[in-house]
Amino acid sequence: MAIRQPNELHPKVEVKDLDLYYGQHQALKKVSLTFYANQVTAIIGPSGCGKSTLLRCLNRMNDTIPGIRVEGRVALDGTDIYGRRQDLTRLRKSVGMVFQRPNVFPLSILDNVAYGPKVHGLKDRARLSEIVERSLAAVGLWGEVRERLNVSALELSLGNRQLLCLARLVAVEPEVILLDEPASALDPISTLRIEELMRELQKEYTIIIVTHNMQQAARASDRTAFMLSGELVEYGETRQIFTNPRDTRTERYVTGKL
Amino acid sequence: MSEEGRVTREGHPKRGRRRAGLSERGVERVLTVVALSAIGVLGLITVFIFIGGLPAIAKTGLWAFVSGHKWAPGRGVFGIFPMIMGSLWVTIGALAIGVPLSLACAIFLAEVAPPKTARVIKPAIELLAGIPSVIYGFMGLVILVPLIRTHLGGPGFSVLASSVVLGIMILPTVISISYDAMKAVPEAYRDGSLALGATKWQTIVMVLLPAARSGILAAIILGMGRAIGETMAVIMVAGNATMVPGSLLDPVRTLTSNIALEMGYAAGTHRAALFGTGVILFVIIMLLSILASFTTTARGKAKVNPKP
Repeated sequence: MAIRQPNELHPKVEVKDLDLYYGQHQALKKVSLTFYANQVTAIIGPSGCGKSTLLRCLNRMNDTIPGIRVEGRVALDGTDIYGRRQDLTRLRKSVGMVFQRPNVFPLSILDNVAYGPKVHGLKDRARLSEIVERSLAAVGLWGEVRERLNVSALELSLGNRQLLCLARLVAVEPEVILLDEPASALDPISTLRIEELMRELQKEYTIIIVTHNMQQAARASDRTAFMLSGELVEYGETRQIFTNPRDTRTERYVTGKL
Repeated sequence: MSEEGRVTREGHPKRGRRRAGLSERGVERVLTVVALSAIGVLGLITVFIFIGGLPAIAKTGLWAFVSGHKWAPGRGVFGIFPMIMGSLWVTIGALAIGVPLSLACAIFLAEVAPPKTARVIKPAIELLAGIPSVIYGFMGLVILVPLIRTHLGGPGFSVLASSVVLGIMILPTVISISYDAMKAVPEAYRDGSLALGATKWQTIVMVLLPAARSGILAAIILGMGRAIGETMAVIMVAGNATMVPGSLLDPVRTLTSNIALEMGYAAGTHRAALFGTGVILFVIIMLLSILASFTTTARGKAKVNPKP
């Protein structure tokens, strides 16, 4: 995978001096980094380092947790998403998220994919089924499920459920896709499928993935951020992070010594 | 973790296991007997009611008994059609009033109210279930019946009064079971929906309610059972006239009221006819619960239960 030249990179999401507190506990400490458009950026680090918390700041999913306080700035295309006038539903339409465990709704496959467009006001049936087909095709599920769109989504295998979650997200045409350890509950084949898909989706979307799996970060990302106890330790091109880390803590982590 | 388990298992020799096995089997036997005796009681009641009621039904003829418009024990005429319609109307009325209120309340408690508020309100609602039904009837009698009489006309004792009283009485059942059903919906569904940019309300209507559907149906069915079976409160506000109600403001007599009102002095065929009323009530309730469990399991299987 060719990495684009830095001068081609277009900043998509900018995080500046981000602090986050759960009550007394500070989970993120002055985190600053820029995610670039049409890149896959991986966030790695040990459990509890704040990588998922950082991810959930980008679509403000942390807002649902009581007792949380966020300071600093997160900008999407230059606009502060923690601004007073930010519309949460619009933000989450542009910054979508896939969770660790596939959380398809207990509805039919069709209704799952059509859900996003519907909540954003689309009623036209022909348009809806067009979007459903396109989104399922985009994640490579269309061939498998076209005959049983009205079957409950819970009938699908775990891996296919996660792909369905991605299709459900693609259906709302976001700009940024956040993946929170999307493959951690999946078998190796489904995991590879998700990784290939990320490369495919990268052409149209900005992808940020949190992962435990370092091979996955090394294989499937253009840039990597390494976090440790709430701090961003190092951020750079994936190849550099894995072959020539500047910080000794990064080196110890990527070589499995931390 | 498995290390520890292995040590304990091997640490206890066979003797200990056998002793545990004996008391284990003892407990199982006792539980089996208790469970069977519950079924036994059900069986006895069924047999008793049918033995008591069938002669009257046989004498009148089943069809005449259930479709007869006249109930005149003095002349030996036993038709319970007005009571069947009475129970039906009052139950439908109670559900029409109680279910929307309950669902709104359950949604509020489970999804909208701050947890602290919910912790106060939920037990308060459950307390409603502990109030004796005669108190509900009494409140209906002194407040509701005069209100209906002065503002809407008619005698006040009516289908409407009974429906309102029963609608309130089923609130705690329907609210707390549908609340539990909504709380049992995995957090992941909420997150998934919100993360797609859905509003809270869209999430509730389009994801949570469908996901909790089988539990909510069960709640409604239990509420219905409570409404159709309630006797005392209904007797006090229904008027108890043995006629098919023509409007919401007409007095009404339900199947249960019919038995309770007359059993005290009934004898012979009259008494058997009251048992017959019980048989019909029994059959109706059985049919309802079979229908109910059928719909809940069928839907539950098709839509809600995740694959293991």
